[in-house]
Amino acid sequence: MSVINHLDHASLAPVYTAAGAAVLVFVADVIMGPRARWRAGIVTTLAVLGAAATAVVAVTVTGATSRRSFCVPAGRLLGDHGSTIAVARSCSYATNGTVVAWIVAAAALTGLALVLSAPMLRAHGRPESSAARAPGEYCFLLLCSLAGSVVLVGARDLVTLVVALETLTLPLYVLVAFGSRARSAASGAATFFVSSIIATAVTLLGVGLLYALTGALHFDRIAHALDARGELDTLPLAAVASVLVVAGLCFKLAAVPFHNWAPTSYDAAPLPTTLFLATVSTFGGFVALTTVVMGALRPQWSVVAPLLAVIAVATMTIGNLMALRQRRMVRLLGWSSVAHAGYVLAPLGALAGARVDRSGAEQLLTASWAYFALYVVITVGVFACLIALRPDADGGELAHYRGLARRSPLATVGLIVGLAGLAGLPPGLAGLFAKVAVVRVLTAQHVLWLALIVVLNTVVGLAYYGRVMWEFFRPALPDLLATGAFATARPRWIWGIAMAATAGALIIGFLPQPLLHAAADWSTTLSDLWR
Amino acid sequence: MSLDWTDCLLVAVLVLPAAAAVGLPFLAARVAKPVAVVTAALTLVASGLLVLDRAHPTAGARLQPWHEVDASWIPALGVRFHIGVDGLSWPLVTLTALLVVCGAVYLRVETPRLPAMLALIFALQLGIIATFLALDVVVFFLAFEVTLLPMFFLISGWGSAQRERAARKFLLYTFAGSVLLLAGVLVLATSAGTADIVVLTQRHGAGIGYATQVAAFVLLLLAFAVKSPLWPLHSWLPDAHTEAPTVGSVLLAGVMLKMGTYGLLRIAIPAVPRGAARLAPVLAVFAVGAIVMAALICLMQSELKRLIAYSSVGHMGFVLFGVSTGNEIGLQAAAIANIAHGVVTGLLFFLVGAVKERRGTGELAALGGLRFTTPRLAGLLGLAAVASFGLPGLVGFWGEFFSLVGAWRHAGWWRPLAVIAALGAALTVVYFLRMLRRVVAEPAPEPGALAQRAKPTEPVGRLTTVELIAFSPLVVVILLIGVWPGWLLSLSSGPVSAIAQAVSG
Repeated sequence: MSVINHLDHASLAPVYTAAGAAVLVFVADVIMGPRARWRAGIVTTLAVLGAAATAVVAVTVTGATSRRSFCVPAGRLLGDHGSTIAVARSCSYATNGTVVAWIVAAAALTGLALVLSAPMLRAHGRPESSAARAPGEYCFLLLCSLAGSVVLVGARDLVTLVVALETLTLPLYVLVAFGSRARSAASGAATFFVSSIIATAVTLLGVGLLYALTGALHFDRIAHALDARGELDTLPLAAVASVLVVAGLCFKLAAVPFHNWAPTSYDAAPLPTTLFLATVSTFGGFVALTTVVMGALRPQWSVVAPLLAVIAVATMTIGNLMALRQRRMVRLLGWSSVAHAGYVLAPLGALAGARVDRSGAEQLLTASWAYFALYVVITVGVFACLIALRPDADGGELAHYRGLARRSPLATVGLIVGLAGLAGLPPGLAGLFAKVAVVRVLTAQHVLWLALIVVLNTVVGLAYYGRVMWEFFRPALPDLLATGAFATARPRWIWGIAMAATAGALIIGFLPQPLLHAAADWSTTLSDLWR
Repeated sequence: MSLDWTDCLLVAVLVLPAAAAVGLPFLAARVAKPVAVVTAALTLVASGLLVLDRAHPTAGARLQPWHEVDASWIPALGVRFHIGVDGLSWPLVTLTALLVVCGAVYLRVETPRLPAMLALIFALQLGIIATFLALDVVVFFLAFEVTLLPMFFLISGWGSAQRERAARKFLLYTFAGSVLLLAGVLVLATSAGTADIVVLTQRHGAGIGYATQVAAFVLLLLAFAVKSPLWPLHSWLPDAHTEAPTVGSVLLAGVMLKMGTYGLLRIAIPAVPRGAARLAPVLAVFAVGAIVMAALICLMQSELKRLIAYSSVGHMGFVLFGVSTGNEIGLQAAAIANIAHGVVTGLLFFLVGAVKERRGTGELAALGGLRFTTPRLAGLLGLAAVASFGLPGLVGFWGEFFSLVGAWRHAGWWRPLAVIAALGAALTVVYFLRMLRRVVAEPAPEPGALAQRAKPTEPVGRLTTVELIAFSPLVVVILLIGVWPGWLLSLSSGPVSAIAQAVSG
């Protein structure tokens, strides 16, 4: 490997900012000591400012211009029959308008998770809650995760990508166990940890095989080698390597076969952490998957796309069927997020079709990204409402939500908008258009069978979302009223955030064009990774 | 884009219900009711005025809206906010507005959680009217879906004992239909390259391959068959009707079912006529099956609301039979039978609701003697029943008669089908007369027996003025269209002949 000869600090500025903010929060917490007044408030504010600074730096310093860092000069790779293939200069980290937009999105979602954590971090007098005891560590870990995702969205080689993905995930093992119900929290974290390790091992095995085959780690070089070398087309090892990389990356999306962690960990984690898991962490996984599929594995689409189609069908079906029988709110949402991962992957499953040219591939990818972006918008609304209802508790049983319509009409409206959005029904128009985007592109590419599987799955989805909505209107259980299923000391501003999130989901539902347009832009960038 | 006053009216019939749906929950019941009545009346006026100042149709197989609004909405998905009204949709829009006025008048201030209920009714109205006005297939689908949750909450929130099951069955069954609609309209839009119904109608499926036409029509037919509902996909309907509150039943039978048949007429047949022609025999056989099965089931039915619900299946069978003929007479019959069934069944559900409220039960065995206790109600019920089985001179006659004529125009096996359908219509007379005999003519059962079955919610009494005001517009419409169907036929003849030309040419 040649000497790394280029560093553009402007492209790395958001990474520095996020990592610096994490360290700053940690140091500030240590200096203040455990007995300081306003400790939770100060570290949370610092952390939110850190996330905001990351976004601001990304926009102002990094900017939309194309920047690259950690580059290796042009060289030659081993070709067929002892020949060599000339390759251009490749870089491990690159930023452009799309990457900046992703950094801003990740920072904003992290900031939101931090703000919504504030009531939980402030809650005193409950010794079983480690989050309340260690607000500094909590914020530090979330910012570390943010730093990982900032690196991830700009990563342009497989090792940087895997390291970034691990940086994003590692703090989450701890954060999942930060919850109050010690035992289930530990079990959730352990499940998460074990699945993650296995998935990473699978990915790394694939990466190693790809390196062994092509002698390259940069996306563009791998794609170039796979494309130029006819030998590799007939070599099963190339297909195996691609399958391993893709299957391992599906872990963060909670797609089959690495889906089991999601419901357990979502339910075990404190609600703000769950929000982070469901949005930023999934987002990182989706970026990683689409980047690798578009940038490195394009010549392998004939293998990767059918695999993704199978994964999509299995994921949505299993997610929906398992969600049907859940009794706990967040566990149900966890399984539903598995199902949604399936819908997100469905368009990518059509990439290998005979009719897919460059613009067709971009349309498929756009639909995938559009679904994912709209799904994140709705998920933020749902979790913001849940957190506003139970700021320092977990999601609870579905039965806890009985009689919600009477006790908190505001939360009922917010949750109905959110759940209807997840089901793809008005008034949650964001979800409806997400569904339209996916089914439209699948019918346009003549993959009607996949489109039909998607729409029939949404019927199963409505069965459980409808059940949850129904609970809101049933009479409350008397013993729950007595014990207080919902926290009484709810700060007023958290309702403001919940309602703003719901309003945001409604508005984006009515006017999804800017988001869909952005999704198209992102797809073009991804498609440009390798031509 | 400039809007003239009629285009503003077109927007108003959507904005008024939407505003009411959002605003009403914040009002007290005492205020909400008059506000609802006024809003509903304004919507009706706006919708009624749409018939004025309309562009005169020119000949040709094109969809020519009287008024339309066409604005860019989501270019990324090829969706335009394109709505418009013509002779096919206007009667349905106005009927929807009328039924909501009647419903708003009929609902009492004492109804539990009245503001929320009214808000749901307006949300429902918004979805139904938007479905009829949509001139973009994705907007049509969206409007179709808007109706699902409000109806679900109406049934589950204000229904009778078995409401949870009925509401869920309604939701899942009709949602399954509407996701097939999603697949169908997107197959249509992506294969034709446009989602605009005006353009799709004008092309009559040119540029869409035969196999794609058949696939699209199968998806659309299944979607609309669930909604209409077409036997054997009807089983959600009786449960939903039995459990729904009166106004919910009225809107469900009166206009929501029409969204299915309207969809066939507006989208499925003109956009993929070759697919439609291929599957017309299948539709015809199932439609006749629906007529006969519904009549037989009604003969055995012991509960009043269920009986009316199953009779709806039969009547919608006639509409679908008319649709399946594909010729001008049959399609015209379908269009008018759609309206007729909406008015008559709307009235029937109001009346049955009034009966059940007075007697506390809908069991035929426990009813009787209505002409002694509530003669006016008995008279109206008689009128509605007679109109429903299609007595000449009333609104129900024209549609059913001409759908048979339309089928007879085809030679071959269409004629036996028409004969079977006519036999079904005869059975309709039988079961309605049986119902009338039980409810109106026979003496009431012993008071003791009655008390054992159910407690009346209020003393058996005369029709109140409010009820009379709520019911009378529907009675007037039944008589007016019955004796003078020409006006309604002249409105829809243009759009209908355009559809018929699409099928034949």
